[in-house]
Amino acid sequence: MLVYLPIAEISVDIFVLLLLGGAVGFLSGLFGVGGGFLMTPLLIFVGVPAAIAVGSEAAQIVAASVSGVIAHMRRGNVDFRMGTVLLAGGIAGSTVGVEIFKMLQRLGQIDLVISLSFVIVLGAIGTLMLVESVRTLRRNSRVAAAGGARARMRLHEHNWIHGLPLKMRFPRSKLYISAIAPFAIGAFVGVLAALMGVGGGFIMVPAMIYLLGMPTSVVIGTSLFQIIFVTANVTFLQSWLNHTVDIFLALLLLVGGVVGAQFGARLGARLRGEQLRGLLAVLVLSVAGKLLFDLVAPPEDLYSIAGTRTAGH
Amino acid sequence: MIRALAIVLFVLAGTAAARAQALVADLSSHLIAITTGFSGTELLLFGAKEGEGDVVVIVRGPDGDTTVRRKSRVAGIWINRDDLRFAGVPSFYRVAASRPLADFVPASLRQRHQIGVEYLRLQPARELNSEDTAAFRAGMIRNKEAVRLYDPEVGRVSFLGNRLFRTRIVFPANVPTGNYTVEVLLVNGGQVIAAQTTPMYVSKVGVGADIYDFAHDYAALYGLIAIFLAVAAGWGAGVVFRK
Repeated sequence: MLVYLPIAEISVDIFVLLLLGGAVGFLSGLFGVGGGFLMTPLLIFVGVPAAIAVGSEAAQIVAASVSGVIAHMRRGNVDFRMGTVLLAGGIAGSTVGVEIFKMLQRLGQIDLVISLSFVIVLGAIGTLMLVESVRTLRRNSRVAAAGGARARMRLHEHNWIHGLPLKMRFPRSKLYISAIAPFAIGAFVGVLAALMGVGGGFIMVPAMIYLLGMPTSVVIGTSLFQIIFVTANVTFLQSWLNHTVDIFLALLLLVGGVVGAQFGARLGARLRGEQLRGLLAVLVLSVAGKLLFDLVAPPEDLYSIAGTRTAGH
Repeated sequence: MIRALAIVLFVLAGTAAARAQALVADLSSHLIAITTGFSGTELLLFGAKEGEGDVVVIVRGPDGDTTVRRKSRVAGIWINRDDLRFAGVPSFYRVAASRPLADFVPASLRQRHQIGVEYLRLQPARELNSEDTAAFRAGMIRNKEAVRLYDPEVGRVSFLGNRLFRTRIVFPANVPTGNYTVEVLLVNGGQVIAAQTTPMYVSKVGVGADIYDFAHDYAALYGLIAIFLAVAAGWGAGVVFRK
């Protein structure tokens, strides 16, 4: 059954959208990731204009993150102080990001930049995850008996980040570090949120653990807290400046997404972590590969047209 | 169909009563409403002519500016490098005729009435060498044809007897909104001996149209509502699936 998406101005089969939402939701439940970095490229693959895919996906991530953060707040797994600093950076980054988006759209380069960003980010993350999970699998098979016995964890590594000025105390994370570092991480993720329609958890979470040295227990909740407000900011600015948020599309994806996530989470509990991570890495790399192929392969037609602007609009 | 029949009767009555009129035509509908489930439609053009001659039908959507971009390879990647903007580009264009155009319409006439995509008067925004301009022009027409807004084929106007004619005009799901014109020409001996222009309107109706207008006219408010809906939906989902 075809539905007409009012902002995207295209008709799409409603089952394709529900299936897409369900599949990505399933994967995000399975792997415990946001899924925005898969959803945006997939929407582009099914024919949604890249700019609309990015804008609408931001709205969907707001929704998905709200339902996720509730559970973490109940367990007290949110460092609001750290979250606020990350958020301040995120708001700055995403506001700049939407302006860049607008400029690229005018120059006719937005599709290219969206694809390239995904190729670079997904390629890097996918490779890292694959290397990591292969290494873990190999180590585990070597010391099968020691399964789970990790080396004694230090509270966190001390690195150059701890030497920066403007130090702040973060009691919930047991940290006394410069506010510049979380602000910068937040800002970088904010730019990505605006340009790619992703929450950015897949970058923020490792950065919070390895760069800032936050305890793993508060990382997910705190990143979700930041993501909600940053993607809300992106949703607002994309709607206001670029008219690229199709709320109808976002809500359809969400319906499939929440149902899929339930099944994914149930299956995820029964599978082993390293295998899961390896699978996700392969998936991420294949999406990046497909996007790269589309950039490198000679296009069917060298010429393309932007939408005809008639007097009406 | 009842409407179409009524038109035939009307046309018949009209030709009988007013013999002076050489050409009469009308559409089965003057409004195409794009609703949420819209997947394209077709209209019937009916008419009658008096005397000798062939019929040409030209359907044009609202004119506008269109930017054509050309990709070239940079560092192994295909990116948009050059562009050219054209003015006077019909958003939708179809031609139908009762005989192959080459047989009865001289080039001068095709030029004057813009009959056929190759005769569209598209004005490039800046001067390029004629080879490049032609390439951009051809690229645009190819793109328009790919999404069925233009048609390389000339549609068929068929006669019922000597006087009555009809043709079907197919509008795809992506038909642009706005004011259309349907021009009907009676051509004899390389001359237009009668012409009639009928207006037509394509409009979005229903919830989809309201959302689109709202998102463009009250963009900031739309953004706030989008956030509100997303938060409400996410919170609702979180509550429903809480264990």
